[in-house]
Amino acid sequence: MQYGGKIVIGLVIFVGLLLLPTVYDLGAGSAGYKQPKLQMPAPPNDKNCVEDTEWMRKNHMQLLNDWRDWVVRDGKTVYVNSHGEEFEISLQNTCMKCHNDKEQFCDKCHETAEVTPYCWDCHLAPKGAK
Amino acid sequence: MADFKTKPDELYKSIDHTPPKAGWMDVPAQFRPGNWCYPAKPEVLDYIGFPNGRKWSPADEDWKLPENWKDIIHQGFRERLEKFRSLKIFMDVCVRCGACADKCHYFIGSGDPKNMPVLRAELLRSVYRKDFTTAGKILGKLNGARVLEEDVLKEWFLYFYQCTECRRCSLFCPYGIDTAEITMMARELLNLVGCNINWIQEPVANCQRTGNHLGIQPHAFKDIVDFMVDDIEEVTGKRIHVPMNEKGHEILFITPSGDVFADPGIYTFMGYLMLFDAIGLDYTMSTYASEGGNFGLFTDNVVAKKLNAKMYAEAKRLGVKWILGGECGHMWRVINQYMDTFNGPPDFLQMPKSPITGTVFKNAASTKMVHITEFTADLIKHRKLKLDPSRNDHFTVTFHDSCNPARGMGLLEEPRYVIKNVCNNFYEMPAQTIREQTFCCAGGAGLGTDEFMDMRMRGGLPRGNALRYVRDKYGVNRMACICAIDRATLVPLADYWANGVDISGIHELVGNALILDGEKEREVDLRQEPLPGKEG
Amino acid sequence: MNAFYSLIFVFALVLIALFGVGAAHLSYFFGVILPLAAVIVFIVGIVLKVLGWGKSAVPFRIPTTGGQQQSLDWIKQNKWDNPSTASQTFIRMVFEVLFFRSLFRNTSVSLRNEDGVPVVAYSSAKWLWLFALMFHYSFLIIVLRHLRLFMDPVPFFVPVLDFMDGILQIGAPRLYMSDLLIVVGLSFLLLRRLVVPIFRYISNAADYFPLLLILGIALSGIYMRYFGKVDVIAIKELTMGLVTLSPKVPAGIDASFYVHIALVSTLLIYFPFSKLMHMGGVFLSPTRNMPNNTRIVHHENPWNPDVKPHSYEAYEDDFREHMIEAGLPVEKQA
Repeated sequence: MQYGGKIVIGLVIFVGLLLLPTVYDLGAGSAGYKQPKLQMPAPPNDKNCVEDTEWMRKNHMQLLNDWRDWVVRDGKTVYVNSHGEEFEISLQNTCMKCHNDKEQFCDKCHETAEVTPYCWDCHLAPKGAK
Repeated sequence: MADFKTKPDELYKSIDHTPPKAGWMDVPAQFRPGNWCYPAKPEVLDYIGFPNGRKWSPADEDWKLPENWKDIIHQGFRERLEKFRSLKIFMDVCVRCGACADKCHYFIGSGDPKNMPVLRAELLRSVYRKDFTTAGKILGKLNGARVLEEDVLKEWFLYFYQCTECRRCSLFCPYGIDTAEITMMARELLNLVGCNINWIQEPVANCQRTGNHLGIQPHAFKDIVDFMVDDIEEVTGKRIHVPMNEKGHEILFITPSGDVFADPGIYTFMGYLMLFDAIGLDYTMSTYASEGGNFGLFTDNVVAKKLNAKMYAEAKRLGVKWILGGECGHMWRVINQYMDTFNGPPDFLQMPKSPITGTVFKNAASTKMVHITEFTADLIKHRKLKLDPSRNDHFTVTFHDSCNPARGMGLLEEPRYVIKNVCNNFYEMPAQTIREQTFCCAGGAGLGTDEFMDMRMRGGLPRGNALRYVRDKYGVNRMACICAIDRATLVPLADYWANGVDISGIHELVGNALILDGEKEREVDLRQEPLPGKEG
Repeated sequence: MNAFYSLIFVFALVLIALFGVGAAHLSYFFGVILPLAAVIVFIVGIVLKVLGWGKSAVPFRIPTTGGQQQSLDWIKQNKWDNPSTASQTFIRMVFEVLFFRSLFRNTSVSLRNEDGVPVVAYSSAKWLWLFALMFHYSFLIIVLRHLRLFMDPVPFFVPVLDFMDGILQIGAPRLYMSDLLIVVGLSFLLLRRLVVPIFRYISNAADYFPLLLILGIALSGIYMRYFGKVDVIAIKELTMGLVTLSPKVPAGIDASFYVHIALVSTLLIYFPFSKLMHMGGVFLSPTRNMPNNTRIVHHENPWNPDVKPHSYEAYEDDFREHMIEAGLPVEKQA
């Protein structure tokens, strides 16, 4: 094969790059990766989050973004949830009242999904802030 | 230009770049006078050992193909896919982005969508997909695949003999797909079933026997050179000696036979002879290797190798140290990119070194063959030539980069340097039509024949229009070039699209400006027309 | 018509995935078997294709030269467009692969009539270059960003890309510029094929299909991130299972994810058999990856045919009398 050396080197690099995540994960002991366990609020606070848990898993970022805009821009301070219950719009006073450990709650998912919310640029984190 | 009557205005107005409604696979090839070249004569094919020589015409319904022609093409295709990585890759990787589409002079001038390089290649690719790829076999037309039928072969003949292998499209292709390469492969396949053109095969046959494309026999060759020596004497008052077939000289000089044969190439040839005389070069010419060009390149790589082999064979026989090559386009594609691989490396030759300036031509270290404009530029740089550029003051000059030296070599500055030192009035054509972006004369790759005049003038539009622009803007009346095919094909092209501009080789201009020791006061230029100030 | 067929096919793929997961409960097939099979086809297919190219010979060194050659010492060589050494050629290839050098040259021709004078005019046409570059780099960034789902702990460069890509800080989740640009790039590439007559004329179904497929991938991804709001953590459990070869399908994954992964798998499977192999081919193109130095360094043709020229002896035999008569030297007297 003419220029076979170069072709093989190119293919090895190509395949190597594709297999890199596998090698990396096995090396880092990430085989059998499981979703992180979050520190959930202790009873009786485990039942009355502003919205359902499943909904919150997927949409909390949107909710927090809306809350910020409503409070800061529109002066609206009360959130009415899908069951008609009222909550004060406040990260500090509402969310973090129950979810009081950033490291054991927020960071768990944000780290593994590599999400860097800028909540803490302004807000004080309850615990586990860097 | 016997049968070609269309006026430039009419032709220009007739160009329509809008594609037809029917898909390209459903538009059969249309052979009309002026868009195809005469097929090779059977005796010519027999002489060079090509198969299926017969009397036939592309305009006929029946092409008299051999019975198993499909099988022959299929096997030939398979063989070439193994022999040429270029072919395999170019068949696989085209994304049909269309960057090449309006780069082809034939498309610009004809509007025929199959002259877009992408579709020209698809003609071959569609068959490749059907015959050699899984996806094409399964998906068929959806994947751009089709069965090789006689209509497809007819398209191949029409459109691969409407490509001059100029490689302009290849420059713009993001994957470097080279239509010249694809056309060469297609022509090799067509050769297998005896579909080729006489304008290529007859020069090949001639070259094999007589040493040059034009079939000039040795004694006639010498006669012609003697005529030119006479003409030089008439212009300069000086009789010069031209060594032929002589052993023991330092350099073998080889130039295309077109320069020996016809106006205006002969003036370029006189320029070479005067230059060699002026510097006292120890050289010889050869009647056996009396062809710089190589029409083998336009038909088959083995034939190209065979014709090219005469250069080294003759250099060895005559015992020269290195070879100097004249002004020719495709000749230099062969020398620069094929010769060493075909027939080299020539260990019996030495590193080319100018005996006048001592310059070593390191860029020819292996092939040992130097381009005359490299050689002359070096002489001028070292002030070894006495020049009077005012003898070219009756010319306002522009320069046509020939396709092959531009895109198969990169010989761009050397000819310009020479021109600027022998002429006072030099203007470039627009940037998109020169240097590596240069446009073809539309008669290269063996298509410079009169029966093809309609397509030649169409394909000549981009070059002709750029020439017209500098003619009107700067008064250009002379287009210099470094290609023997150009010197034949650009003459009708200029007459048609930019009337009033003459064509010449660079060494004609050198010959005009060159002051020979002991010459008389010149009254006329090499064409025996009065010099500026001597018109009275 | 070609575009229409391709569109139908992409829609069919979406529906198959939706139906397969929603009604037929084939989430293991779409979440595990299909993507793993697709990756295998992708890798093996590409390797075999490239080795297949490699098996063919490179008989000649045929670079297309795009500038001044190496010549006399005082003539400046255009080293990157007409390289004569391996390192110069490497740079040419870098420009070609990373910056689409050749496409950057693109011009557009127009035939005009100005006061009765025919004018063939050339204008710069860098749109194709711009949008092609936009598409390819957006795709690359998106692929690299996705490594967050395939590597744990997430490697250092992903947050950097993530920060740069989302630097506008619009919305939550933050808008990625690459998401926007890939759709813009793809739309341009698609529209030029649909709108410009000569490009429509040269386009096969095989040209529309990958564009529509990738557009489908991009749009399904955009839906998941900005609109459907899928459970990323559950998806990471699935993707980590794939990449560490310990597959599992966690609960709570939205059907849109299966559509996305089915389209990606289709792309991977389609890749080695299609024009998408230009990704590999661009490295092997003999008009770009070889130096213009055949006059300097010998190139060997592995199948160089053994042919000899019509010999001088035969030539002289043919013409000897004439040559003697004309006073030309001969080897043998008559």
